[in-house]
Amino acid sequence: MDDLNALYGRMAEAIVSGDAEAAAALARRALAEKLDLPAAIERGFIAGIRRVGELWENGEYFLPELITSAACMKEAMAVLKPALEASAVAGLSRGRIVVGTIEGDIHDIGKNLVASMLAAYGFDVVDLGADVKPDRFIDAAVEARADLIGLSALLTTTMLGQRRVIERLRERGLRDRFKVMVGGAPVSRAWAAEIGADGYGENALAAVALAGELVARGRRPS
Amino acid sequence: MIPVLRPKVELLRPELVDKIVGEAFGVLEREGVFVENADARALFHGAGMAVEEATHRVRIGRRLIEESLAAAPASFSLWDRTGTREFTIGGDEVHFDPGSTAPRLFDSETGRERKGLTADVVKIARLTDACEHIHFQSTALIASDVPPIVGDSYRLFLGLLYSAKPIVTGTFRVAGFAPMLDMLAAVRGGREELRRKPLAIFDACPSPPLKWSDLTAQSLIDAARAGVPSELISMSLTGATAPVTLAGALVQHTAENLSGLVICQLARRGAPVVFGGSPASFDMRKGTTPMGAVETMMIDMAYAQIGKALKLPTHAYMGLSDAKLLDAQSGFETGIGAVLAALAGINVVSGPGMLDFESTLSPEKLLIDDDICAMAYRLLAGVAQRDEPIAEALFAGIGPETQFLTLPHTRTWYRAEHIRSALADRDTYDAWDAAGRTSIGDRAAERVKTLLATVPPNLPDAALRRELRGIMEADGRRNGLERLPDLP
Repeated sequence: MDDLNALYGRMAEAIVSGDAEAAAALARRALAEKLDLPAAIERGFIAGIRRVGELWENGEYFLPELITSAACMKEAMAVLKPALEASAVAGLSRGRIVVGTIEGDIHDIGKNLVASMLAAYGFDVVDLGADVKPDRFIDAAVEARADLIGLSALLTTTMLGQRRVIERLRERGLRDRFKVMVGGAPVSRAWAAEIGADGYGENALAAVALAGELVARGRRPS
Repeated sequence: MIPVLRPKVELLRPELVDKIVGEAFGVLEREGVFVENADARALFHGAGMAVEEATHRVRIGRRLIEESLAAAPASFSLWDRTGTREFTIGGDEVHFDPGSTAPRLFDSETGRERKGLTADVVKIARLTDACEHIHFQSTALIASDVPPIVGDSYRLFLGLLYSAKPIVTGTFRVAGFAPMLDMLAAVRGGREELRRKPLAIFDACPSPPLKWSDLTAQSLIDAARAGVPSELISMSLTGATAPVTLAGALVQHTAENLSGLVICQLARRGAPVVFGGSPASFDMRKGTTPMGAVETMMIDMAYAQIGKALKLPTHAYMGLSDAKLLDAQSGFETGIGAVLAALAGINVVSGPGMLDFESTLSPEKLLIDDDICAMAYRLLAGVAQRDEPIAEALFAGIGPETQFLTLPHTRTWYRAEHIRSALADRDTYDAWDAAGRTSIGDRAAERVKTLLATVPPNLPDAALRRELRGIMEADGRRNGLERLPDLP
């Protein structure tokens, strides 16, 4: 058991220190040694990303550490994913979200931050990239059977497109099917309320918390 | 008389300028830029450059960059709406204009920000027209009472109506350029007259790293062909969309601006182009783009120095603040930025009036910033030798009763040597207390009201007003706007 705890500790450490090679190697070792994968993910890698979150909250970690750790998490999960799917381990995904930057806007740094943090925290993320037309968000969400749509905009001129996506959802009779969250430099809580979005996250970690809440709310029988 | 020294600050050693420019050339030659606009790619192809149609990647050879640099003018003139007042954009000339394209206005009545309306855009144009030290206007505020698609032409329409100052503007859509050009040509009485006496500068922002969107590249091409000056607004974010070191960000900034310069020169040799930008020291905590950070200002000053070394006119977003209201931060960030921009000799300095990362415009701040600009200009005017001897003769026969208030020398020089601030508090304590213990924001709000009540709108003649309205109405109708909002 001590050995196993030590191994979990090294998985967490690989995430905390942002060592992608070590994270992937430890994931491969988990497969080779036929470990209980959900336990390894929860007590190893996820414990690491939680620690990263704490370091961020304490002001010791900044965006470069946060994003590097999220990328490590992605590497490790990519190694484990085929085995997880083959063994039909259900309930690991915390929800499925389609994200993208609004049409006319080719800035996608903010969206990339949010997408990688969501993935690190166990969401299935469908990233449509930048300059995405309103209906494409909706088509992709329908196709992926997503819980959430995340709309990013960096420019004050393109932020108006966030409203358009929500209008199109209403016009297509799909507004109740997906929760919509918005973000981006010019976006505010007031804007989110005005356009009828379900929520606004002021940074990547806030977006993760919000996504968790919205998915829970969506799944709760009303 | 000893000539005046114009104070000037440079941050880069000449060998560092050369090294940054050399690496930027290398990036363009080896990695290239991504150009989403097919016309621009065709121009590069026509110039013999390697163009990958599938990836939109264009590699730009050294010779073409050097030829483009040689073709671009080191300076050009902007003329006001009347065509009589000329402003040189080049050398170490400094001209301030309000920051651009805020979606929100800070409403001092409520102490809250809200969306801009037609009446607010008019108010900002009128106030800018009245600000002595802000030489140009800009399309500073978005009017939310017209459809966003005509937001670009509509704010230019209002600016041309309510202020005679030259204007810094830009397009929101490819089709926005034509009606905007028509308005500018209408003011001048024709396209050729506009070409001879430019009235506006069009901003175009590459997307970091090293990408020109369809819209921005088209704006460069359209403007170059019409003889309208373009301002290249590279906006690298350190450590996020550009290298984290200041010098590293400058390599990318230089490469992006040079690629834009080449597009302009391929569209029309000799097109006037401004080496500008809106970079930021990316906040690794908040993910924001602070314009008031000292590192942002250092990048601004340094790329302007590079622009000057390349013999191009320069621009920066300085003299603005990230604060959300008029407080100590809004004052110190704006003051430091405006003074540093002036000392760096940046030709077009966009910033006055702006809060919250270029998102919120404050009419009161615009007037406070006019005071800051006045101080910056006074600083640039330097310490002059006015007399020969300077002052030695004034001390002849000095005694215990000597004072200077009644000397003719004082009366001759005090106005030229010392400027007065319109809004800064220089009262005695008792006078300040008796006048209602006001802050500079309170006094600026009063002055906004006074100016709007006493200074009549600076309108062009009725025939031009009708012509501009006709162009705007036609553009509105093409885009589903049947009737323009009423003007105040």
